[in-house]
Amino acid sequence: MADQSDKAALYWKANLRLIVISLAIWAFVSYGCGILFRPLLANISIGGTDLGFWFAQQGSILTFILLIFFYAWRMNTLDKELGAGEE
Amino acid sequence: MTLNVLTFLFIGASFALYIGIAIWTRAGSTREFYIAGGGVSPMANGMATAADWMSAASFLSLAGVIAFMGRDGSAFLMGWTGGYVMLALLLAPYLRKFGKFTVPDFIGDRYDASLARGLALLCAILISFIYVAGQMRGVGIVFSRYLQVQIEWGVLIGMAIVFCYAVLGGMKGITYTQVAQYCVMICAFLVPALFLSLLMSGHLLPQLGLGAQLDDGRTVLQTLDEMLTELGFDPYTQGQRSTWDRFMLTLVLMCGTAGLPHIIVRFFTVPNVRDARESAGWALVFIALLYTSVPGVAAFGRINLIQTLNGPDQQGVAYEAMPDWFRTWEGAGLIAWHDHNGDGRVQYAAGSVADGGRPVFSGERGEMGERLLSNPSSGEFDPTRQPFASEIYIDHDILVLANPEIAMLPEWVVALVAAGAVAAALSTAAGLLLVISTSVSHDLMKRTLRPNMSDRQELRFARLSAVLALLLAGYFGINPPGFVAEVVALAFGLAAATVFPAIVLGIFCRRMNSAGAVSGMLVGLFSTLAYVIYFKFMGGQEAQWVLGVSPEAFGALAMVLNFATALVVMCLTPAPPESVQRLIDNVRIPRGTRWQ
Repeated sequence: MADQSDKAALYWKANLRLIVISLAIWAFVSYGCGILFRPLLANISIGGTDLGFWFAQQGSILTFILLIFFYAWRMNTLDKELGAGEE
Repeated sequence: MTLNVLTFLFIGASFALYIGIAIWTRAGSTREFYIAGGGVSPMANGMATAADWMSAASFLSLAGVIAFMGRDGSAFLMGWTGGYVMLALLLAPYLRKFGKFTVPDFIGDRYDASLARGLALLCAILISFIYVAGQMRGVGIVFSRYLQVQIEWGVLIGMAIVFCYAVLGGMKGITYTQVAQYCVMICAFLVPALFLSLLMSGHLLPQLGLGAQLDDGRTVLQTLDEMLTELGFDPYTQGQRSTWDRFMLTLVLMCGTAGLPHIIVRFFTVPNVRDARESAGWALVFIALLYTSVPGVAAFGRINLIQTLNGPDQQGVAYEAMPDWFRTWEGAGLIAWHDHNGDGRVQYAAGSVADGGRPVFSGERGEMGERLLSNPSSGEFDPTRQPFASEIYIDHDILVLANPEIAMLPEWVVALVAAGAVAAALSTAAGLLLVISTSVSHDLMKRTLRPNMSDRQELRFARLSAVLALLLAGYFGINPPGFVAEVVALAFGLAAATVFPAIVLGIFCRRMNSAGAVSGMLVGLFSTLAYVIYFKFMGGQEAQWVLGVSPEAFGALAMVLNFATALVVMCLTPAPPESVQRLIDNVRIPRGTRWQ
């Protein structure tokens, strides 16, 4: 029984860590590159405009998709490792 | 074949498909009615979520908003997609594990209080109603434009179709119709988008076309920036909003998206937690197909529009020489012209042609057959910034509908776009109606007023409340309250300031109790309502904005207030009981999700 709740705590901790990392990337591409750091990225040109504008209209959306699948994939592995998923 | 016949064919064929699916997927139990039996595959659910999510506003207005706002429109692109990352990471898997039917279900059980349930119920219904009236209106507009029927008839036809699959099939009917509607909608958006991109930039994909070089060696966006600057507008890639306001607007749209009840319930329909995570990814893939094409469509549409209105020499084009679509939309009141300099030419530049922004037609026709305005602006302009005063009013919403006509694409493309717009409006309307009807039959009747009701009785109540909600939505579609456009932002603000914090705290903060969550939701609800009502209806001025946050973005601030209030109250009141602790442990681990 103690083993079970240890595993549950471990699972939750690993999950939180993954969420924090993913949300950091999420915030970096959207609020960071798309909004706040745009002046810094003005000289980097991509797709006919500067990097900040590209991130705001294209790049952030593509990153979001990768992030969700990355999280789903990592969590599925974690489910298996700690026996937290479906039997 | 004329455009009319083609449009009838396309819309008629899509309706036949929806009704066919409705007959095939009738719901026999409340589980089927509320969550489609819980056996929808993650990819199908992703597709249905995309259709549910992309409303008439996404389909019709988004490209227009980006085209006319440029960089300022980016908040909508990032906000309406970034919300899915939060859904996938912070909400969907745990709510799916919880395994009941609605959002108030979770909030009521987690906080062990009927007050919390009632408040969540109120918010869910409020958010959904604000949203649904606009959808029925969208159906009406498309019908009236393309089939020349009255808007009233358009709304009634739309109601009849939604009745078939939402009331009979519940979530089961809605899910499979939404899959079909997604296919119709995405074809209808992408076909003209690909045509347009190929025509303007030589690239098939608008995602690549946006960054392409034109014949003269400049890129699409450079061309657009220069064109707009010459006409006195701000450059397309700059925008006017302050960085802070832009930040807050993006935040409210993201959290609002993650907190919308009709999107959350879609994740109750998949078999297990693993599928819920994956399903959010698929939903975003299907949404991104449209959303990443939008910036290209917007930029090409704006260039095309300027070139058509101002002509190759940028001096304006004679009114008589305007193409057919110009007069059709003028007839519909979505384009207006006032000849400030009396040269008989149409000229488009910065500034408003009508006092107060929107044109008011006097009902009379001018010498060339144009509709006269009773509120033309003074026509003054700054000759150092632009060559002439603006003589044109263009409604943002017509860009997507008019694009194929402006680019002179074949008529079947125009008809396809009309069918797509109807699909977008109907799919979202159905999803919202389901939330309203389950809120009433399940959360209000079954869980609060009559707990002893049988499954059959509950199903009857669900159908009955779906009919009532549909009638009410139809009424607002035909008699739209003048404030629909103003309050759509309110739906996102409310979702972000009430539902979203309550759910996230419920999952991630073990100590959070009923008193904290309820006081947080109350603060979020009333501060958002008060702020929007004050600034939209009671004449509040921009100088009075709290911390410089616009009413559209205020939900983000209200959300912070909600979190803060909830945490403070939590510290002053006792911890939740043992049963709630077990519920939290249970939702955090995916094991054991299979339906019994």
